[in-house]
Amino acid sequence: MRRVVQRLVRDRASLAALGFLVAMALACLVGPSLTGHAPGRIYPDLVGTAPGLAAHPRPETVRPALDRLAFRMRVTVAAVTFRDGTARVTLDAPKLIDPRVLTYLPRSDLFGPATILERSEDGRRLVVAAPVLRRFFLLGTDGLGRDLLTRSLVAGRVSLAIGLVATAVALVIGLVYGAVAGYAGGRLDAVMMRAVDVLYALPFVFFVIMLLVFFPAGLGLILVAIGTVEWLDMARMVRAQTLSLRRRDFVRAAEAFGLSAPRILARHIVPNTLGPVAVAATLLVPRVILLESFLSFLGLGVQEPETSWGALIAEGARALESAPWMLAVPAAFLVATLLALNVLGDTLGKALDPRRDGLTAPP
Amino acid sequence: MIGFVLRRLLQAVPTLFAVVTISFFLVRLAPGGPFDLERPLAPAAMAALRRTYGLDQSLPVQYLRYLGALLQGDFGPSFSFRDLGVAELLARGLPVSMTIGGLALVLALILGIGLGTGAALRPGGALDRVVGFGAGLGLAVPTFVVAPLLQIVFGLALGWLPIAGWEGGAARHLVLPVLTLALPQAGILARLTRASLRETLALPHIRTQRAMGLPAHRIARHALRAALLPVVAILGSTAAALLTGSVVVETLFGLPGLGRYFVDGALNRDYTLVMGTVVLVGVFVVVLNLAADVACALLDPRLRTAP
Repeated sequence: MRRVVQRLVRDRASLAALGFLVAMALACLVGPSLTGHAPGRIYPDLVGTAPGLAAHPRPETVRPALDRLAFRMRVTVAAVTFRDGTARVTLDAPKLIDPRVLTYLPRSDLFGPATILERSEDGRRLVVAAPVLRRFFLLGTDGLGRDLLTRSLVAGRVSLAIGLVATAVALVIGLVYGAVAGYAGGRLDAVMMRAVDVLYALPFVFFVIMLLVFFPAGLGLILVAIGTVEWLDMARMVRAQTLSLRRRDFVRAAEAFGLSAPRILARHIVPNTLGPVAVAATLLVPRVILLESFLSFLGLGVQEPETSWGALIAEGARALESAPWMLAVPAAFLVATLLALNVLGDTLGKALDPRRDGLTAPP
Repeated sequence: MIGFVLRRLLQAVPTLFAVVTISFFLVRLAPGGPFDLERPLAPAAMAALRRTYGLDQSLPVQYLRYLGALLQGDFGPSFSFRDLGVAELLARGLPVSMTIGGLALVLALILGIGLGTGAALRPGGALDRVVGFGAGLGLAVPTFVVAPLLQIVFGLALGWLPIAGWEGGAARHLVLPVLTLALPQAGILARLTRASLRETLALPHIRTQRAMGLPAHRIARHALRAALLPVVAILGSTAAALLTGSVVVETLFGLPGLGRYFVDGALNRDYTLVMGTVVLVGVFVVVLNLAADVACALLDPRLRTAP
């Protein structure tokens, strides 16, 4: 075990991948509360903001936005001056201005609460001070005006959670099925593995799509669908491991002591298969995340207001011409995570089995 | 060898049976029906429709009827395309999917085996590193990201190729879908070829050839035959992946293929169309798996006796 950890740590790529994954998981967990935007918060005046470090609203957009607001307030903007992030606005109207219309200003995404500085005798002219807000959208906003960074992080929670849980589901089914088949041997083994062969040849993704189209979609169903698809590989591998372990001395000794079959499986066989299983599981997580995002991309996976990377990518693909970052941002999150997981799984496999990948000649 | 093929053929029967059975009951047990419109039909009209399509029978009867018709090659009438049978729809979609899938398979094989071989011959070389990185990327970038990217670059920015449409299979319309489908598979094949060839190159008989002074390309040819075994073995699942990918690719590029019919059929609850597509895809996957097995047995006689 220590050798494995040493090999992992010595490999800089896998260390970087591990660090990245930890950072990504932490960012998805706590990040959404640090970006300053609630994930569902819609900024109608800031739809389709491009990524950047600048504060929004941009100075040149304030005046047109103000004119639009004034139209709704039934006044006209006579003059605007800016100082220290505050707009000093002079409003004119043909008749008496009701000060209550000023609530339009903070209701937009651009200004804070306005205060009246001056009021003309006839009440047809108001001078108001309204602080111009400074909001940051590092990775832009989406088609509804939601902060893309926050959305991507929240989506990451769903994608990562599905990746882990569905892998766990596949892992448990595969471990139990494979270990039982391998340990029982004989006819039961033959029947169980024939069933796996039959299932293996099914166009499973089509079944998953059917399942999700015909039954009301939900997170639970997605987990079940993905888990039931992906356990086959695991079952085959665990069975092969069990077959070789079954004849080893320590298992025979346990049998001679009269231990029950479930106990032998749980205490002696399953723990000894965990090395290759860990590798397979690490490589399964990206596959599951990919499958989930594929389903969400088709509109069959996670439903609004919940979101996942696949769902965000689907939105981005539709807004490709007007807002390419809507595709690029979630795709980058997804691809980077999958890459890191693949690198980690590969090096883990090499660390456990130095002969793999032709590092040395097999005997 | 003939016995081996026959045995494999026989084993395909339960798989196909499972495809039909699972898809039949999955479709029928789901809530909602093909004639559920936003404004419900009059009960009499509904009953008449259900009778026409045989939906008033009990499930087992429907199942047996469907199975019987299927054995005679009858896929039944489509529910959503009123005047067309499912067989006709499939006959329209199949050439589209076959063209794209077949071309993608060829491209993936050429790219994957070629690059994988090049990488394995010089481990650690520039090509090896590029291929390793590219293959890793190919595994991690999903088709539904590749497709829009290709559309943006070649369709919108450069304006070289149309971004969607079929137009009777014009070559210009084929390039982007085929690339989208082939690239991830090429990555997988390249990795596999590289790993397998490096392992083979370290075997004693290759070392002997090298000691005898055979030129590198002759050695590579000998090694490749043995090294390609795992590549051939996964061709069945590669083909399945291409069929799955066709769902996304055909949707994104607006191609009238099987994947599109499947998605449309599923959304319209067109029972027979969905089942027809799934059965056809199932047949394809089974046949291609079979072909891969036979090819493996041709390459390695030891496999012919295995169950």
